[in-house]
Amino acid sequence: MKRIFVKEEVCIGCRLCEIHCVVEHSKSKNIIKAFKDENPRILPRIFVEEKGKVSFGLQCRHCEEPYCLEACMSGALYKDEKTGAVLHNREQCVGCWMCVMVCPYGVIRRDLNEKKIASKCDLCLGKEIPVCVARCPNEALEYREV
Amino acid sequence: MRPTKPWFEKDISGCSLTGFISEDGKRVSGEAIIQSIALMNERSNGLGGGFAGYGIYPEMKDLYAFHLMFDNTLAKEETERILNELLFVELQEKIPTRKTNGIHHPPLLMRYFTKVDENKLFELEISEEDYIVETVMKINARVKGAYVFSSGKNMGTFKAVGFPDDVGKFYRLEEYQGCTWIAHGRFPTNTPGWWGGAHPFTLLDFAVVHNGEISSYGINKRYLEMFGYECTLMTDTEVMAYLFDLLWRRHRLPIEVVCMALASPTWTEIDHYDGTMELAKAVRTVYGSALVNGPFAILLGHKKGLIGLNDRIKLRPLVAARKGNTLYIASEESGIREICPTPEKLWAPKAGEPIMGWLKEEYQSEFELPRTRISDRERSEPVYSVSGVY
Amino acid sequence: MCIRQCAFEGHSYDPEKNEVISKEDVCVGCHRCVTLCPTNALTIRQTPLDFRANANWTARAIRDIIKQSETGGVLLTGMGNDRPYPIYWDHLLINASQVTNPSIDPLREPMELRTYLGRKPERLELDGNGGNYRPKEPLPPQLKLETPILFSAMSYGAISYNACESLARSAHALGIYYNTGEGGLHPNLYKYGKNTIVQVASGRFGVHKEYLDAAAAIEIKIGQGAKPGIGGHLPGEKVVEDISKTRMIPKGTDALSPAPQHDIYSIEDLRMLIYALKEATQYTKPISVKIAAVHNSAAIASGMVRAGADIIALDGFRGGTGAAPTVIRDNVGIPIELALASVDQRLRDEGIRHQASIVVAGGFRNSADIFKAIALGADAVYIGTSALIAMGCHVCQKCYTGNCNWGIATQDPYLEKRLNPDIATERLINLIHAWSHEIKEMLGGMGINAVESLRGNRLALRGIGLTDTELDILKVLPAGR
Repeated sequence: MKRIFVKEEVCIGCRLCEIHCVVEHSKSKNIIKAFKDENPRILPRIFVEEKGKVSFGLQCRHCEEPYCLEACMSGALYKDEKTGAVLHNREQCVGCWMCVMVCPYGVIRRDLNEKKIASKCDLCLGKEIPVCVARCPNEALEYREV
Repeated sequence: MRPTKPWFEKDISGCSLTGFISEDGKRVSGEAIIQSIALMNERSNGLGGGFAGYGIYPEMKDLYAFHLMFDNTLAKEETERILNELLFVELQEKIPTRKTNGIHHPPLLMRYFTKVDENKLFELEISEEDYIVETVMKINARVKGAYVFSSGKNMGTFKAVGFPDDVGKFYRLEEYQGCTWIAHGRFPTNTPGWWGGAHPFTLLDFAVVHNGEISSYGINKRYLEMFGYECTLMTDTEVMAYLFDLLWRRHRLPIEVVCMALASPTWTEIDHYDGTMELAKAVRTVYGSALVNGPFAILLGHKKGLIGLNDRIKLRPLVAARKGNTLYIASEESGIREICPTPEKLWAPKAGEPIMGWLKEEYQSEFELPRTRISDRERSEPVYSVSGVY
Repeated sequence: MCIRQCAFEGHSYDPEKNEVISKEDVCVGCHRCVTLCPTNALTIRQTPLDFRANANWTARAIRDIIKQSETGGVLLTGMGNDRPYPIYWDHLLINASQVTNPSIDPLREPMELRTYLGRKPERLELDGNGGNYRPKEPLPPQLKLETPILFSAMSYGAISYNACESLARSAHALGIYYNTGEGGLHPNLYKYGKNTIVQVASGRFGVHKEYLDAAAAIEIKIGQGAKPGIGGHLPGEKVVEDISKTRMIPKGTDALSPAPQHDIYSIEDLRMLIYALKEATQYTKPISVKIAAVHNSAAIASGMVRAGADIIALDGFRGGTGAAPTVIRDNVGIPIELALASVDQRLRDEGIRHQASIVVAGGFRNSADIFKAIALGADAVYIGTSALIAMGCHVCQKCYTGNCNWGIATQDPYLEKRLNPDIATERLINLIHAWSHEIKEMLGGMGINAVESLRGNRLALRGIGLTDTELDILKVLPAGR
């Protein structure tokens, strides 16, 4: 089971991971169109936390026993059998945001436009390497076996 | 006769070579060697040939025989002045030659049998041989139009522009008797028509004939210049003769080590050797500028024997054979078979490993003979033909 | 993102207009924003504020005077001489062998670049007999390099810890050496000591017993190519905690090395220091002496060899620096090509060339430059600027500000993170591998299979577009002969 790990000593806070996450999950998959034309703009699933010289990118940890899954009323959050990733079904989500409250890492964000959760990492749905890892200019994110 | 270019252009040596030594000291006339080299005339282009013979002046074997070539009488006079000043000249005469078709416009060819004044040596505090080397360098570098062909005891070099068999006839080599003979046919591209450019290149009793091109000539030359050798003969082979003089005679390294310095094993091999690793590494480190790079096959004649050596990746041919007490080495098997139709052993030496023949009278016992891996191999291999055809 | 990445605050966000605006006059041309912009939206151009065309009063000359009349200070700059003096490497051509000599294929045949630096005896004395010889005495200490390239002296302080670590790790992986420069050696890097040459410079920063013991060789720095005659300069902004500890100086103070080494006022003093260091290390490490290439380099080099130096490091005027007065960097010193040719020839004339190895430095840009340097007589080559470029530098020449956007010439921890040692190490290894392979190809093309046969082989080069005097100094024939 592969997960994303961050090396905070080399994260430079450039937020290219956030940008490419948006592009990957956009309709057009083109960076200029995704940022300029698509409305409402998609939220990135990875957030760069920064204070002073310390910075690192954080996304859903895809926990073994996720709190968010237990808290989900409608069953929109489910665990993928193969990869063990915690995935989100937009149609089923009712926007109660209990998952947001309960996540100990704070990696679920609310979509204020449609009143549903919009931002949770999906490990790029089975891509060989998630785009945030591939596009980090300083190799601060690592995709490896747990 | 001397090329008139005002700048230096290195000449290369594509050619043929052959040589043999009668280890029991039996002397034979120069006819055999002429025959051997003549067979390989295809490998030369008629623009150079040369011979060196050892044991050819038995009545004057303690005198240094200087063979000299002069472009004009002025050069001859100036050189004779120097020779008389620096040495005792016991006998001087023209080198006997005969008119031969194919040898044109010979320069003045003289030989001088000389002795060194011991008092001079005592004053200067150098050895007799160093003194001779200095004299040779002086003549070659300072006297315009004079070139020393050889300067050893009881040996001589004979060279000219022409096919080697014509050269042999010209110098009447059938009249000499020698125990070691080497010969060379030349295919020059840079200095056609210059007698001094033919092989062998000689210093004291070291005579070298060479087939190949020395790519490291630029650095070998500068290395030798640091020790007082002047490379004036515009041919890369010159450095070979001087390197042997420096490493073997002056630095007194054993001959196997000298060959190791000139045709060194690779670092990968050295890293894997056990036992001789320290030596090989030290030799390469100290004598890196003496490493001879580029294809070569050489024969080195000297007063105690004959050595054949290939470059470290064997880019030129060399074949050796034995019959009775005689060791033969040549560029081609045919050159050997021409004068020795039924050798007892015939083999092709490995890259970088020398073949050596030694005059038995120079050594008290077998055990003094330098050992190399090839000499062990020689003893155990049966007869076989390199070409595979009898 | 460009806003965050520019340490010179060249980009900023105007919330009213919802636009990113740029301040042209602070841009140094480091290309950080250009490289990281995900849409390739940026490009850098020379600012179009032109003075009237004047060959004598160039824009630069005018601006420098304006700045100096405002501040009254010495103009500082970073990296190497950027003026259009002739580059002799570009006037030397290399041979290839054909017909009379086969070229050798480095992919299929052994091709040797291994080099040993250090003092060598004039001849080898052997013990033993028939088939079993040993050197009578061990050789003096040597540095073993798998390829004749080393990383030049760049001090910890001028460059960041991550940069030092990358140099150390790649030197270790490649089997070569890197030089600590005059900044001392960080304790975490002692484990790469076997690949480290430590420097004893005029400020003697960080010089203590463990420092000398940890290294493979010690270099006495008399001068460097970028600023011959004056000492090193590290502005106070860059002297942070770690630097202060490693250099053994107070935090925040300008680290201005004295111009001469105050215990070397003449050649015999140098001899004394060389032997003091040899004694301190029990004669187990080669001692190198680094000088800048100046007018009488040949005579100085000869003196240095006789004073006991095992390696001579010659730094030409294109050598880089973290900080130097512009006027000295641009006007003092001579090209390394000429200095090398004359030093090598002089040592040979005096018969002492084997007593020391020559390593040259100063603006080597590619493997051809290195090849030509070896042909002129160098044993090995130090690369500085090239190594930095491999790590990300774009030669903007603002190292002395401490605001290096690439994380190389800075001590700001926020900026330093930008240099990931894993990536930088790999890039350095890639560069040296690539160059070594190119050198092997050129050697093979010449029919040579060991670098010893190239070293000092001036016949391998021909000059093109050079005057007779220059050809004579280089002792190289003109192309066509």
